Amino acid sequence: MQIQTGLEAGVEGALLKADVRELDFYYGAFHALKRVSMPIYDHKVTALIGPSGCGKSTLLRCFNRMHDLYPGNRYAGGGIVLFPDDTNLLAPGVDPIEVRMRISMVFQKPNPFPKSIYENVAYSLRVRGMSNKNELDDRVESALKGAALWNEVSNRLKELGANLSGGQQQRLCIARALASDPEIILFDEPTSALDPIATASIEELITELKEKVTILIVTHNMQQAARISDYTGYMYLGEMVEFGVTDQIFIKPQKKATEDYITGRFG
Amino acid sequence: MTASASMPSDPLPLGSGISDRLSKKASRHIKERIIEALLFAAAAFSVFVTIAIVYVLVKESWVFFETVPLSDFLFDTQWTPLFDDAHYGIMVLLSGTLTSSGVALLVAIPLGTIIAIYLSEFAGFKVREIAKPFLELLGGVPTIVYGYFALTFLTPILQKIYPDLPGFNLLSAGLVMGIMIIPYVASLSEDAMRAVPMSLREGSYAMGATRLQTALWVVTPAATSGIASAYILGISRAVGETMILAVAAGMQPNLTFNPTEPGATITSYIVQVALGDLPHGSIGYQTIFAAGLTLLLMTLAFNLLGYWLRKRFREVY
Repeated sequence: MQIQTGLEAGVEGALLKADVRELDFYYGAFHALKRVSMPIYDHKVTALIGPSGCGKSTLLRCFNRMHDLYPGNRYAGGGIVLFPDDTNLLAPGVDPIEVRMRISMVFQKPNPFPKSIYENVAYSLRVRGMSNKNELDDRVESALKGAALWNEVSNRLKELGANLSGGQQQRLCIARALASDPEIILFDEPTSALDPIATASIEELITELKEKVTILIVTHNMQQAARISDYTGYMYLGEMVEFGVTDQIFIKPQKKATEDYITGRFG
Repeated sequence: MTASASMPSDPLPLGSGISDRLSKKASRHIKERIIEALLFAAAAFSVFVTIAIVYVLVKESWVFFETVPLSDFLFDTQWTPLFDDAHYGIMVLLSGTLTSSGVALLVAIPLGTIIAIYLSEFAGFKVREIAKPFLELLGGVPTIVYGYFALTFLTPILQKIYPDLPGFNLLSAGLVMGIMIIPYVASLSEDAMRAVPMSLREGSYAMGATRLQTALWVVTPAATSGIASAYILGISRAVGETMILAVAAGMQPNLTFNPTEPGATITSYIVQVALGDLPHGSIGYQTIFAAGLTLLLMTLAFNLLGYWLRKRFREVY
């Protein structure tokens, strides 16, 4: 599937951070991604939308090699090239742990570790071998500030992460992902388990975060994609149907299929 | 079965509806009641047996403590109920129980935990499906076999390393007891780890953690309550184990915490007396009830500790 031409209009000097090139992916015998291509622009929010089972989460989870955790999953062709170093993340010689050090992730359901708030955020630093107390303190504080959680938890850092509310837990998971200064953060339907107020705060946070980091978000909520993303890709049955600047995708989609989905006639 | 099968063929009386069929007189309900009563009886039976055991132990121990003051029982440093100069210091038997259990747990807890971590976090599906039945088989070996294994196989090997080791000793019995307990610790710990939701592991991997970091820093803490119960079960098994100690540890009451000496434990003493020719009702015979009560209180204490640990560290995922 070729990338839509309307794209260039909205680029305005945005740099490529990653490029998905004709990616094929299989779950066992099931062909889940079919020659998917899309660009990911630096310091922008890119949203993936589409009906359930269209492959949007599958594509997202290729970025940090999450599929490597389960047997039977197979990257079958193409790749994801990360810039500026121009390496294919999916190449056999690339260590998935190195990839995950650079590309972090926030999950659908908040999944804080059974540890204190402090240790939850420090986790991604500790796995990198950081143990200097002052440095950890600084990084944890700035990550919590970055996730707009510091004011609420600064005096209860020793409490269990699970004691926080759902929205706070999700912001804790964002702080955890931020702490190690990743280049890209992947969000897999980050607000689907949250109430509208918590959702609004996460959305606001995501738009602020793009100052620091490139964001790729999967969402089943089209309004959310329209509100927070700069670029949107519409996927269906494992194919990238249309990719473009968000406004263009939502106001003047090039493809009939995209228009049908956006206007609610389908899906 | 017959009730429901005959239902449709029964001519329903006029005006009958749901309410008639739900009435307590319906034959279905009588059957339900019978089944309910049977289920209750089965449940009540186990409670009754437990109460009966405690009753017998307390009643017979009472007879013992009418002759022997509790302070002697707790603080005397000799256990010689069969001698003319009889002493009844439970400490002597307790030291044997604690020493052999300590040795066993030094084997079972580290090995069992490592096996659990390996099986749950590292082993592939096939390895786990093969290894787990073998592991559980280890727990199904009769303890008398373990006892002879300790006495005739392990002790001679240990004597080569440490020539002064007596033929009967707590060390070899404790080591073999540890091997016996490994499956309990490993199997229950592994179940607890596998119950940790995949989302927590994914969270850890997504932060760039290795398998070992994920296993030690996320999965194990999340499974703490289950692992603690596994340990407690292992301790209870060790404290209550009889045959291995009776066969391989010598049955000589000996106030020592040195595992290279022979010793009697509470359980092996009970076997010795129960099989011996002491007349029923004699004070020597009554000692086994006092010893049994001590054992019951110990395991009860461990069970309560386990219950508390489960509540304290239970994770709500």
